[in-house]
Amino acid sequence: MSRNGLLIDYEYCTGCHSCEVACKKELNLPKGKHGIMLAKNGPFKLSEAGDKWELTYVPVPTQLCDLCGDRVANGKKPSCVHHCQASVIEYGPVEELAKKMTNPRMVLFVP
Amino acid sequence: MSNFKKVENDSHKVQWQEGDYTVTRTCSWTAPGCHDGCSVLYYTKGNELIKVEGDPDSKYNNGRLCVRCLNAPELVNDPKRVKWPMKRVGERGENKWARITWDEAYDIIEKNVRDIWRDYGAETIVTAIGTGRNTWSIVPKLTYSAFKSPNFSMGFLAGDSCYLPRAAAMGTMIGDFFIIDASQMDERRFENPEWKLPECVCIWGNNPIISNGDGFLGHWIVDMMKMGTKLIVVDPYLTWFASRADYWLQLRPGTDAAVGLAMLNVIIEEGLYDHDFVDKWCYGFEELSERVKEYPPEKAEEISWVPAEKIREAARFFAKAKPASIQWGLAIDTQRAGVSVANSICALVAITGNLDVPGGQHLIRAAFGVDRLAHVASDWGFAELPKELRDKRLGVEEYPLYKFGLAATSRGDSVLEAIESGRPYPIKMYWFQSTNLFVCCASEAKRIYAAMKQVPFVVCVDPVLTPSAVAFADLVLPAAMSVERDSLRNWWTPLRSISKVIQYEEVKTDEEIVLELGKRLNPEQFPWDTVEDMIDWALKPAGVTFKELEEKVMIWPEVNYYKYEKGLLREDGEPGFNTDTGMVNLYQDIFVDWGLDPLPFHMEPPYSPVSTPQMMKEYPLVLTAGSRPWEFFHSEHRQSATLREFHPNPRLTINPETAEKLGIKDGDWVWIENNIGKVKQVAVLDPGIDPRVVHGEHAWWFPEREASEPTLYGAFESNINVLTTQCTTGPTGYGAPLKNTICKVYKAE
Repeated sequence: MSRNGLLIDYEYCTGCHSCEVACKKELNLPKGKHGIMLAKNGPFKLSEAGDKWELTYVPVPTQLCDLCGDRVANGKKPSCVHHCQASVIEYGPVEELAKKMTNPRMVLFVP
Repeated sequence: MSNFKKVENDSHKVQWQEGDYTVTRTCSWTAPGCHDGCSVLYYTKGNELIKVEGDPDSKYNNGRLCVRCLNAPELVNDPKRVKWPMKRVGERGENKWARITWDEAYDIIEKNVRDIWRDYGAETIVTAIGTGRNTWSIVPKLTYSAFKSPNFSMGFLAGDSCYLPRAAAMGTMIGDFFIIDASQMDERRFENPEWKLPECVCIWGNNPIISNGDGFLGHWIVDMMKMGTKLIVVDPYLTWFASRADYWLQLRPGTDAAVGLAMLNVIIEEGLYDHDFVDKWCYGFEELSERVKEYPPEKAEEISWVPAEKIREAARFFAKAKPASIQWGLAIDTQRAGVSVANSICALVAITGNLDVPGGQHLIRAAFGVDRLAHVASDWGFAELPKELRDKRLGVEEYPLYKFGLAATSRGDSVLEAIESGRPYPIKMYWFQSTNLFVCCASEAKRIYAAMKQVPFVVCVDPVLTPSAVAFADLVLPAAMSVERDSLRNWWTPLRSISKVIQYEEVKTDEEIVLELGKRLNPEQFPWDTVEDMIDWALKPAGVTFKELEEKVMIWPEVNYYKYEKGLLREDGEPGFNTDTGMVNLYQDIFVDWGLDPLPFHMEPPYSPVSTPQMMKEYPLVLTAGSRPWEFFHSEHRQSATLREFHPNPRLTINPETAEKLGIKDGDWVWIENNIGKVKQVAVLDPGIDPRVVHGEHAWWFPEREASEPTLYGAFESNINVLTTQCTTGPTGYGAPLKNTICKVYKAE
């Protein structure tokens, strides 16, 4: 049977924390515990002469992530996917998600 | 959601059962405060709200939701909320209260109001609200029709520097509000065949993914970026949008007009404007062309620190993009010449031919003409006041633009001066509903604190016992939050119902409080038996009742483009804009009548490297402030343990080079000090800010600390508006230097 995962188009992750809070509420997690957590890179200038910056957020699932099995069984999306304000998290079988990895900055998590 | 069972009852709400939960589909607005009104699903058990989710079937937010609504149950169920009306029994600031009934509270208010009418005149009553709350129509109605006073205000907000300068500018220049077009007016959204994807969105002086200003959901811009929209960002700080922009104009805070005028200079000099639109629809183009000659990009570079070549490239890119739009924000307003900045930006979108085109700058009115009860209109009941009272509105005599703006109110600085001086008349009663006065938007926090202590009778309406309630209030009335109210959301579109799902203790909704007091004080102007009757009256233009709207949850009007060509803007039905000339007034004759400059110009902040070079040795840094964090809406949400986990303390953003010179490390508590005052915040080292500039967060207080004075929840300790100034507005009376002053920063021992 196929495994399911989370495909994240992190070029467009704005760092809004909705996935983190939605997850905490879904799993009822206390302070200090997360089922998914933002990692941040930057900001820094990519080259001294240039004008381009690195400022990147990537939500990373933890070992507490169960891909919202109960929600999915009820026909819903995992809570982080449902609430992501930039709509950058997609849930599904990893083979299908892998085929969608066509944008330059994407990552596939299989929690 | 067809696999869930509909709830069988006589309610017209859209509800169903999911296991133990009753689920209600509705809209959230307010509290929590927000400029948006997203579609939500409330999950309740009996009378308790357990969780909130975004409504996945909504074409407005498509299921997504921000942390403040996701976390709403924590605030709704907070045992520290105000539960019933309370009367002060100790001195102001002692935090000693007695529980009273609503009738007792109304008796006290009625007696005070009637005594004031008799002894001093209705105009000595002032009311105030905070931004982004569902009180923007109902509290004006309370003010004008129940209290019979002309003095509805946005608190002490210096220069009324939140949207009102832009609203005033749009009023006389264009005659209508505009917002950027992400096809949010049409139920088909991006599938509407008439809509066009903007080639360029220019984001000016705001970070819309967090602030969501003007009833615009900022992430719609992210949706459009994915489809190919390019960005220009005008901001002193590297926002997420700036990091992905084709052009980031990192300007010195408070110099936006210089940049705007230089962009106009390039577009006009190089002939990149829409000749046809300018010929047909713009008044005063020659005069504007002359004015912008004074602002070549090289001069703008000197003023704003933005390289001239970058201004040129951005201007060309904007002018050539079809369509293009400008998402503007609070930083436009928070400068002395805020109206001028707004005028220059209005001119940019007008002469490039982007007004009311698909994917451009949409001219917008409330959906179905429903502009009472729950809209951003501050005029409900004003026309019914006698002229003699209307003329007594504070500030309009000295600043006539306050008579004409699209959202005019009393002038906050003038209210302060009246309290302090008793001129032109004393203030005997102050009513504040959903605003936190000196803790949030007011400048010179300690001055406001001292002034408010002098007002004889003060009433606060809020869900939370705020520092302002503790410091000033004689009566505190508990306000319902969004999940506890029946109301509407119509800023801007679609028209949405807000359904009451639960009741918390004895709280009442803003509508209930206003209607009940109105019926006591001036029943003729409140001819409704119930709030539902009042909502039904407000909904008449849409041809639906509240119950029918609840069944539909939201309804979408037809979207119209090029309204100025179709005769859809003016009362006379003729083509043209809703202005005195029927055109876009690039040059404003009426400003000449008022002794104001009829064209946009740059004006230095009162304290800046240019205005006060002698002070820069002592205060070498430019201080900007008040950009929005994800976790909090202004002074709200500090009591939330979940949101404070993400954002425990107030943050001062400082460039690592500057911090190193000052011996400051990331995470150090630092003092921020200038000639007005000093406060403490935690340093965050960030190269995205210019080494000459620092940014401090606003509206901080600490609900976990002692409420009574002198601690007062630590409301002066980190409040950045201890350092900003009241009564330093520009010539129109609108706009104040809230985001552009000076300071020094040093490590707190």
